[in-house]
Amino acid sequence: MGLAIETTGLVKTFGAQRAVDGIDLAVPAGTVYGVLGPNGAGKTTTVRMLATLLRPDAGRALVLGHDVVREAAAVRDLVSLTGQYASVDEDLTGEENLVLLCRLLGHRTPAARERAAQLLEVFGLTGAARRQVKNYSGGMRRRLDIAASIVSTPELLFLDEPTTGLDPRSRNQVWDIVRAVVARGTTVVLTTQYLDEADQLADRIAVIDAGRVVAEGTPGELKSSVGAGTVAVRLRDPEQREAARAVLATALGTPVRAAADPLALTARTPPGGAAGPAARALAELSAAGITVDEFALGQPSLDEVFLALTDRKEASAA
Amino acid sequence: MSTVTETGTGDAAQPVATGEAFHAALDGGPARPPRPSAAAASLAFTWRAMLKIKHVPEQLFDVTAFPVLMTLMFTYLFGGALAGSTAEYLDYLLPGIMAMSVVMTTMYTGVSVKTDMEKGVFDRFRTLPIWRPSVMVGYLLGDAFRYAMACVVILTVGLVLGYRPGGGAAGALAGMGLLILFAFAFSWLWTYLALLLRSEKSVMGVSMMLLFPLSFLSNILVDPATMPGWLQGFVDVNPVTRVVAAVRGLMGGEPVAGDLLWVAVACALLVGVFGTLTMRAYNRK
Ligand SMILES: Nc1ncnc2c1ncn2[C@@H]1O[C@H](COP(=O)(O)OP(=O)(O)OP(=O)(O)O)[C@@H](O)[C@H]1O
Ligand SMILES: [Mg+2]
Repeated sequence: MGLAIETTGLVKTFGAQRAVDGIDLAVPAGTVYGVLGPNGAGKTTTVRMLATLLRPDAGRALVLGHDVVREAAAVRDLVSLTGQYASVDEDLTGEENLVLLCRLLGHRTPAARERAAQLLEVFGLTGAARRQVKNYSGGMRRRLDIAASIVSTPELLFLDEPTTGLDPRSRNQVWDIVRAVVARGTTVVLTTQYLDEADQLADRIAVIDAGRVVAEGTPGELKSSVGAGTVAVRLRDPEQREAARAVLATALGTPVRAAADPLALTARTPPGGAAGPAARALAELSAAGITVDEFALGQPSLDEVFLALTDRKEASAA
Repeated sequence: MSTVTETGTGDAAQPVATGEAFHAALDGGPARPPRPSAAAASLAFTWRAMLKIKHVPEQLFDVTAFPVLMTLMFTYLFGGALAGSTAEYLDYLLPGIMAMSVVMTTMYTGVSVKTDMEKGVFDRFRTLPIWRPSVMVGYLLGDAFRYAMACVVILTVGLVLGYRPGGGAAGALAGMGLLILFAFAFSWLWTYLALLLRSEKSVMGVSMMLLFPLSFLSNILVDPATMPGWLQGFVDVNPVTRVVAAVRGLMGGEPVAGDLLWVAVACALLVGVFGTLTMRAYNRK
């Protein structure tokens, strides 16, 4: 399988700040590639360089075989971008936005109207077609924005935090749309702050922090490298917390943290499958006579992924 | 069969079709049609500018109420004092007021480009495979409509006050056409400033600073012969002076070839220099 994107040592500085500090990416064609990172990690800056909006200060980026600086026009022919902040015109209606995009992509006006109507229909926006976008909700705006990106199906679609601020239903709609677009053969590069989103959609994930890639791999690889997830326990009696902590630490073989809530404990599950050790831990807690009100298995939060990844980086540097 | 994302309340109430209908919609644009021509892209952006006027008609204030105010104010303020009677003065003044109003309104081009550029939609335009200057050309052609409107408003007020263009309808039209052409060329200066300066306020500030001397230190309101020599020197090289002279000539029915040529050359230079600078700044951003 060919690579849709290949970057080496990509750098972008703003004044003294290195927003992107030497990023190497290899995105296989026809897949969803997740770029995961916290605020200010450099996700948007990276995407903007790949979409020919920003000129890299150093390094090289090939998008679908074309250099983003020297062959920017060829890249623009093949990609679409849905930016982090609505890349549609707020003053225009949804329909006008799509017709404009259709015309700018070479459709003649009657064809542009037809295409716009078709997209409004499948994106569930027919009812709002004649309203100005500034009166749209976040979810509608996102859908319109994505519709504008696939007026002509691109080879490569950039989605910069497409679900930030959306309610769960709107988020699911966006996910369905992404899956359908990929099923048609488009490569999607998706930035997100949510691990579960990357997990749901991405074939591979690059975790970036402070302008660098701190981990890269399939969601499975990343999770097993971090630990499969967390166990969160709520006790009935705060007096039993120390005892419970000892039991959990032995059963799971990982450090157990006492949360601010005097009844709560959390621990990371050991690498390689959480269910077995968790079941054992629960059994041992009740064998030890500790009353457990809640026992939940969760994915590691983005925080924990980061802590784990940066811990390891420091450890290997030492 | 098409699967449909669960319907419910809220904005997601209208379903998003993600099954066959969705795939069909994706297939509606499998390959991009050929890139639009430079003219087609510019026209699409002009259409956008016109839609903005339709949705935000308040922005026509500066090409309707403002010119009426200018015409009335200057006619009655200076009319009696300078030329003896307002009717006489109008012959001299009206083309100048028209030029001044239009040249002043060009300033809003820079401000609206700046405001627009800060928005996400600009990122989308810049990732499209289109002739790059078309975005700017679209703005400027949309603004040309505004200038035309200002001209018509002023001409109407003038006619009501007793102005009769010596060049007749044809002369008046030609004068207005020339003025709009100059304003279009001149506006590239503002698009360049908009790309160069950091904020909307600074675009506004710098524009004012340039426009006031250009408009007032000219032959718009008074005959330069009444000015001190050093000032006449500036007034002479002020492009607004030449444009006003050319427009006056056309509207008055006595066009001067030298003035017309001068305006044509000025237009070509403005577009050549500031158009190029604008596009360079635009591509570098
Ligand atoms: N135009 C700019 N001028 C100066 N600094 C910038 C600019 N754009 C981004 N930065 C800085 O670069 C860093 C990376 O920003 P970027 O927007 O790429 O982060 P991000 O990962 O997209 O964050 P978020 O999740 O908040 O969108 C930030 O610290 C930001 O302040
Ligand atoms: Mg961002």
